[in-house]
Amino acid sequence: MDILIKAGRIIDPASNFDGVSDILIQDGKIVSIKPLLKPRSKVKVIRAKDFWVLPGLIDMHCHLRDPGDPEEETIASGSLSAAKGGFTSIACMANTVPPIDTPAMVKYVKEKAKAEAKVNVYPIGAVTKGLEGKSLTEMGRMIEEGAVAFSDDGRTILNSNVLRHALEYVRQFHLPIISHCEDTGLSSGGLMNEGYFSTIWGLKGIPALAEEIMVQRDIMLAREYKAPLHIAHVSTARSVRLIRAAKEEGLKITCETCPHYFSLTDEAVDKYNTNAKVSPPLRSQKDIKAILKGLKDGTIDVIATDHAPHRLEKKNVEFASASCGMVGFETALPLVITELITKKVLSRKEAVKKLTINPARILGLHKGSLREGADADITIVDPKAQYNIDVNQFVSKSKNSPFNGRPVSGRVAYTIVGGRIVFTNA
Amino acid sequence: MNKVKGLISKDLLGLRELPESDLNLILKTATSMKEIFMRPIRRVPPLLAKNIITLFYEPSTRTRTSFHMAAKMLSANTTNIAVSSSSVKKGETLIDTVKNLEAMGVDAIIIRHKMAGAARLVAENIKGSVINAGDGFNEHPTQALLDIFTMQEKKGEIEGKKVVIVGDILHSRVARSNIWGLKKLGAKVTVVGPPTLMPKDIEKLGVHVSYNIDKEIKDADFVNVLRIQLERQEGGLFPSLEEYHKLFGITSARLKKAKKDIIVMHPGPLNRGVEISSEVADGPYNVILDQVTNGVAVRMAILFLLLGGKFRR
Repeated sequence: MDILIKAGRIIDPASNFDGVSDILIQDGKIVSIKPLLKPRSKVKVIRAKDFWVLPGLIDMHCHLRDPGDPEEETIASGSLSAAKGGFTSIACMANTVPPIDTPAMVKYVKEKAKAEAKVNVYPIGAVTKGLEGKSLTEMGRMIEEGAVAFSDDGRTILNSNVLRHALEYVRQFHLPIISHCEDTGLSSGGLMNEGYFSTIWGLKGIPALAEEIMVQRDIMLAREYKAPLHIAHVSTARSVRLIRAAKEEGLKITCETCPHYFSLTDEAVDKYNTNAKVSPPLRSQKDIKAILKGLKDGTIDVIATDHAPHRLEKKNVEFASASCGMVGFETALPLVITELITKKVLSRKEAVKKLTINPARILGLHKGSLREGADADITIVDPKAQYNIDVNQFVSKSKNSPFNGRPVSGRVAYTIVGGRIVFTNA
Repeated sequence: MNKVKGLISKDLLGLRELPESDLNLILKTATSMKEIFMRPIRRVPPLLAKNIITLFYEPSTRTRTSFHMAAKMLSANTTNIAVSSSSVKKGETLIDTVKNLEAMGVDAIIIRHKMAGAARLVAENIKGSVINAGDGFNEHPTQALLDIFTMQEKKGEIEGKKVVIVGDILHSRVARSNIWGLKKLGAKVTVVGPPTLMPKDIEKLGVHVSYNIDKEIKDADFVNVLRIQLERQEGGLFPSLEEYHKLFGITSARLKKAKKDIIVMHPGPLNRGVEISSEVADGPYNVILDQVTNGVAVRMAILFLLLGGKFRR
C-alpha cells in the first residue's frame, strides 16, 4: 500500500535538508517530497507532526548469531530488534559459527535474510579463512554473493603481512577492510579497562594501548598500501587522535564508535556487572571526552551498535567466565538522542549523518538519503518520548544490556523498509 | 557472652565495602573469641546446629582449616566440599552448586575462588551468609582482619602507624584487603614491589608507592611480606627468584636498618629464601604463628557476628 507521511520534520543530511514536509511512497520508492501533498483514497496516512522523519538508520556492525546459536539471536529476531530500534539496513559480522568466510556462507545469510528478515541484511565476509588470520578468503566471489565489506571482527589480524595482503587485495573492489584493533599480547587475560577500577576490583586490566598500538599499525599499513580501512568500535582517546591525524594526512580511513563508548565508563563494571563486559572494554571519562570530541569534529564517521546478543547463561556467571558484548539495536537511537543531541554534542543533522549516509557510503550502499526515487527506507521518531530502558521490552532474544533502567528520550514510532511498515509503536 | 548487634550485611565479601563500625566490631569480638580459644575447653554453644560449608576452588590449608576450627569451637556443623570430587568437574555452574548447597540447609558458605567477584555472585544468589575466603585478586578479608588484629595486639592503635606491604601487589587479594582495612583505621600504608607487579592507579587508594624496600623499611612499624608465586616469574613479570630475593627479600641485613620493634608478618605459606629469609621467618621480629592463631579467633568472631547476632539490615 502507498504511504503518505504528513507534516513530519524531515532531517536528511545527505541533501542537507532539515524542514517540515510530506513524503509520498509508492511501490517501495519515495516518489515525492513536498509540503501539503494531498492524500489519495488508497493511501495510508502517517501523521508525523512533531516527529522526526529520517532516512532509515544503517548499522554497519552487528552480530546476528546465524549460523551459530539460534537461542541467542536469529536473523528473524535480530532484524526485528533492529527494526524496533529504527534500523532499516544492518551489516552483520562474519564471526558466526561457522564463520562467513566462503561465497556459500554469504549466500546462506542473504537467502536466510530474504526469507525471514524484517530489514535489509548485508553480510560482511571474513578477511581470512576460519578467522584464523592466515590465508585470504575468496573476497571477489563473496562480493558477487552480496558481501559489502570484510572483517575478522572479534579478532585482530596479528600478522602484519596478512593484513598487508588483504589491504592490497581489496583495493580492486573499493570496499573497506574493517579492523578490530587489539594487541592480544597486551590484552592477554584482560577482563576490563586497566585503571583505577580494575585495580580496586582485582580484575586483570586491558590497557588502552592494546587498541591504540594496533590502530597505529593499521593506519601505517593503510598509508603504505593506499587501501580503504575502517576501524571498528573506537574506544580510546589516543585512537581518536591517531585517526584524526591520519585523516588530516588525507588517508582513506574511516571509523566508528558505539553508544556504550560515549555513554558508559569502566565504572559500570561495578559489582562485577557482566553486562558491562565488552570488547574493547568500557574506558575512562577522559576517553569519553575524546570520543565526544571525535564525533563532533567528524573524526568519527559512524555510530554503530556492535549488537552482540548473549544468552543469560553466558552472562549470569563469574565475571571472568562471562562472554563479551551487549545488545545494542534497541538502545542506540535513544542514547544518541539523549547523550549527543540533547546535550548538544552533535546537531540533529550531524547525528543522523553518522547513522545513515556515512555508513552507507563506506559500505557502498545506495541508501541513507531521503530523495525522490530512493528506496523508501524511513525511520520516524518521536524525539520527545521519555522513558526508562527496560530489557524485558526488547524483542531481541537476548537481554544483555548495561542500560537497563536508564532514563532516555526518543522512541521509534515507525520503521519503513522498502515502503513496508516493518515496525510501529505509534 | 553478651548479645551483640551483628553486622550490617549478611555477608563478608571484602573490607572495601565493610563499614568502619563493623570492622571495629569484628576486631573487638575477636578479642573475646581469643579468650575462649585460650581456655582449656575450647567450645561454646552459640552456633549450635548451624551448618557451615567451606567451598574451596583453590588449594588452601591454613584458611580452610582455620575456618573449620573456628566453626567447631562455636559448635557449628562443618562440611568441606572438595572441588575436584564434586559436580563442578561435571560442568555445573557456580550458581547451581551453591543453590544446591542452600537447598540442603546451609547457613553459611565460605568460598575461595580464582575469579574475582565469585563470592559476590554467590551472595547475590543465596539467602544464607557468604564469607569470602579469597576471590581472584580482589579481596581476602579474613586474612586482612587477622593481620590487623595481630597488629593491634602487638602495638595497640593502628592510626598513624606505618605499614609496608611488600611483594606482588598486582595479583594480591591480601594486599587489597589490607589496604582497605588499614586505611579505614588511619594507618599510613606503603606498597613496595617491582614496577611490573604494581597495579595501575594504586596510589589512588591512598597508599604510597615505592620500589625501594631498604628506604621504606627504615621507619616502618610493620612489614607485611607477601608470598611470591612462582608462576609470576614464569610469566615474565620478573627475571628470577634470586633477583627478587636480592631486591625485595626481607633478610636480617635489611632488618638491621629498621626500627628495633619492627614487626614482620607473612600470610603464608612461606617461600623461604625468596620473599623472606629463614632467619627472619624464625627470628625475633616475626609474628607469623601468632597470625595463624589469631586467624582462628577472627574467624570465630566473623561467624558469630554473621550467624549468631541479629542483622541490622
